[in-house]
Amino acid sequence: MVNGAPVAADVEDRMLLVHFLRETAGLTATNVGCDTTSCGACTVLLDGESVKSCTILAAQADGRQVTTVEGLAGPGGELHPMQRAFRAEHGLQCGFCTPGMVMASVSLLRENPHPTEAEVRSGLEGNLCRCTGYHNIVRAVLAAAEEPAS
Amino acid sequence: MSILGTRVVRTEDPRLLTGGGVYTDDLRLPELDGAARVTFVHSPIAHARITGIDTEAALASPGVVAVLTAADMDDIPDGDGRPTTEPLLATDRVRYVGEAVAIVVTEQGYQGEDAAELVSVDYEPLPAVVDFDDALAGGTLLFEGTDSNVVRTGGEPAPPGAFDGCEVVVQRTFPNQRLAPLPLEGRAAAARWADGRLTLWASTQNAQLARDALAAAVGLDAAAVRVVAPDVGGGFGAKIAVDRDTIIVAWAAKHLGRPVRWVETRNENLLGMVHGRAQRHTITIGGSRDGRILAYQLDIVQDSGAYPRGATFLPGLTQLMASGVYDLAYCGAAFRSVLTNTMPIGAYRGAGRPEATAAIERAVDLFAAEIGMDPAEVRRRNVVAPEAFPYTTASGAVYDTGDYAAALDAVLDGAGYKELRAEQARRRDEGGPVQLGIGLATYVEITAGDGAGETSRVVVDATGAATVYTGSSPHGQGHETAFAMLVTDQLGIPMDRITVIHGDTDQVPTGIGTFGSRSLQLGGTAVHQAALQVKDQARDVAAGMIEASADDLELDTASGTWQVRGDPDTALTWAAVAAQAGPAGLAAAVEFRADSPTFPFGAHVAVAEVDTQTGKATLIRHVTVDDAGKVLNPVLAEGQRHGGIAQGAAQALLEEMCYDPEGNPLTSTLADYAAITATELPSFELLAMETPTTLNALGVKGIGEAGTIGATPAVHNAVIDAVAHLGVRHIDMPATPQRVWAAINEAKGSQMGPAHMRTAQ
Repeated sequence: MVNGAPVAADVEDRMLLVHFLRETAGLTATNVGCDTTSCGACTVLLDGESVKSCTILAAQADGRQVTTVEGLAGPGGELHPMQRAFRAEHGLQCGFCTPGMVMASVSLLRENPHPTEAEVRSGLEGNLCRCTGYHNIVRAVLAAAEEPAS
Repeated sequence: MSILGTRVVRTEDPRLLTGGGVYTDDLRLPELDGAARVTFVHSPIAHARITGIDTEAALASPGVVAVLTAADMDDIPDGDGRPTTEPLLATDRVRYVGEAVAIVVTEQGYQGEDAAELVSVDYEPLPAVVDFDDALAGGTLLFEGTDSNVVRTGGEPAPPGAFDGCEVVVQRTFPNQRLAPLPLEGRAAAARWADGRLTLWASTQNAQLARDALAAAVGLDAAAVRVVAPDVGGGFGAKIAVDRDTIIVAWAAKHLGRPVRWVETRNENLLGMVHGRAQRHTITIGGSRDGRILAYQLDIVQDSGAYPRGATFLPGLTQLMASGVYDLAYCGAAFRSVLTNTMPIGAYRGAGRPEATAAIERAVDLFAAEIGMDPAEVRRRNVVAPEAFPYTTASGAVYDTGDYAAALDAVLDGAGYKELRAEQARRRDEGGPVQLGIGLATYVEITAGDGAGETSRVVVDATGAATVYTGSSPHGQGHETAFAMLVTDQLGIPMDRITVIHGDTDQVPTGIGTFGSRSLQLGGTAVHQAALQVKDQARDVAAGMIEASADDLELDTASGTWQVRGDPDTALTWAAVAAQAGPAGLAAAVEFRADSPTFPFGAHVAVAEVDTQTGKATLIRHVTVDDAGKVLNPVLAEGQRHGGIAQGAAQALLEEMCYDPEGNPLTSTLADYAAITATELPSFELLAMETPTTLNALGVKGIGEAGTIGATPAVHNAVIDAVAHLGVRHIDMPATPQRVWAAINEAKGSQMGPAHMRTAQ
């Protein structure tokens, strides 16, 4: 299941989940930013927890729930509190790290709903951003944590 | 009230936050249906002769469409015939690890990686040149037909007597290390040849420059080439125009008559996208014991990498900006650019200016330490006075506007400099392991220094909507928001009815694009002027409709309606006026060219803690004034500063692109290259200061690179300051724990006797 809808395909054993999402499921928001599980651009939720989809085989996600940033907004298209916070706090510039950064941030608040700034910074250590200096990303996550619906 | 100067959140973001941007590799266009995948075969050796390439096994691999080498490129124009010309694909020699040797074209991506492994290239290794001094000595030459690896020189060494009269002269040599630009999206391209036209979609900062370069490289008229920049995931200078790999992809589409696409891996990106900085500086600074700096000389060796791409303009900019914010009786600079068997150097955020600032700001601290004066006081005594503007430097730069002492005082006040020094003294007295360092940098930089202009066209259609066509080309800066603000400010058309079009040479045939912090001051001013012209056109049309004198009309920008002054009954909407304007509609095209560049400036205070037992430095505060003239949208300007500060701090603390003596890259993945993360940075403290320029109607300068330029020396100086009381005067960048620890122990050793606890760096 990807974003609540079944996606079925026969794939090569070695196909990575991120390539399955991009090439097979047609969901291109999730980006590839490195080859060493270092940058986090490909972060998605697997059964609700953040994973780097470049380091999971598509086959390992068989029968599990994958959520990408495309599946984060509400049914009427209303933005998720984390998406709203990223916009309000200017937590993105070029946008390339953003889908992964947003998903990592959603997962972070699920594990720790009221983090300190240091906990946010530590929680996002595995996600690189080259544009924002992280300043507004951290502010966005702290702002989202203040929202009751988050 | 004008929208300019107010905090407007970006119009780009809802799209980027929900479906994600559409970067080059995300394109799912019908024109690219069935596109084959390109995979590059790179040289694994820094310097070698190619004695043979066997493609047979690769051709037999599943899904392979073609394997192409330089021998297949007989359908494009020859190079310029210079001995140091860089080939598209290597011919008889490779000169750095990662140089493209062949491409494999396959039906699917994974097949390309398999087949590329099977391309067998015979290399006859040659001695590699990596070290500056080896390269300068010229024992091994990179190019036959040359007698030196030095490819460019500029400036003059200090003349005899330049430092006469100085009570104190300090000289020091240190590197400004090689960095990877590292946009999160690497290079990517897709191309199609159809109906005699080549279309390239590419991750570029300049579609129009890319079109011209591509057309020249493949031997087509510019009219037969279309370049489209989709969303671009960061550039930082490294995506200016188009580089060889992208040209090869476009050529392959034409050569094969089939659409192709390519996206590089991060490993390829770290090896094959231009690197930045890579200079070695020798500074000589002299002055009096009362803190007056009288003479400064900067001698630069630029590692140009294996081919002379940025070999002239990068050290040329360093030379131009050598004197920084200081009013000096003598300032000179000279450079030599030298070839090495490493990735060629190109623009990276700041491109020559961060190097100049790092050199003089380190030099000023060395001078201050030598005479025992507070580095803030030394700076205050030597900066160009506010009444001296416009100020012409020894190198010929004309600083337009500034108040450097005010920026310095503001940042010292904002940081609580006195209290910080008191805290530092307290920690030193206590003698605990974690010491405090306070680093200063004052800087001036040059923006829009390229001398070209920028284009815009503003159109208001019969629905009352506006479209802006700009030659400027964003990759994260927020042009769509910024340029729509400029139009709504003048025309009163709501932001959500303004579309900004960029990065497509069919829609915007002329333009220069985005680099050198030029977009708002050139592209934005062009938009502003075009909007003014549209407003004048509309005034005349509306006057005719109302049968009133144009002079009596006013535009109510709150409601976006034209009326006779004070008479709402006569109100006409933009839609009505545009409809009346006829088929040509309301449209104006402007190319704005400024008379000269602008010079943003500022001052940074970095506060670092250094654990003297481990050498680990932690940046705990960073306070800045970055004055780039009037601010259009503080949200965007602050974002540029934040990102710049982070990249600047990263150079001071962490990042370095390393090669071993044989030219093997040691930092070719993100597991090895120490890209800065959220944990290594504090939140930044930004102070506001706006000194307008008179060189454009908006009063704006560039803000894209300022943060980087100020941050590197401030953070660098902070780390050294934290251990200065232990006898440390200098630590090379990046100030890694190993280097800091070694410097502390070397200083201890020199105080306690020879060779005590000395450590190789």
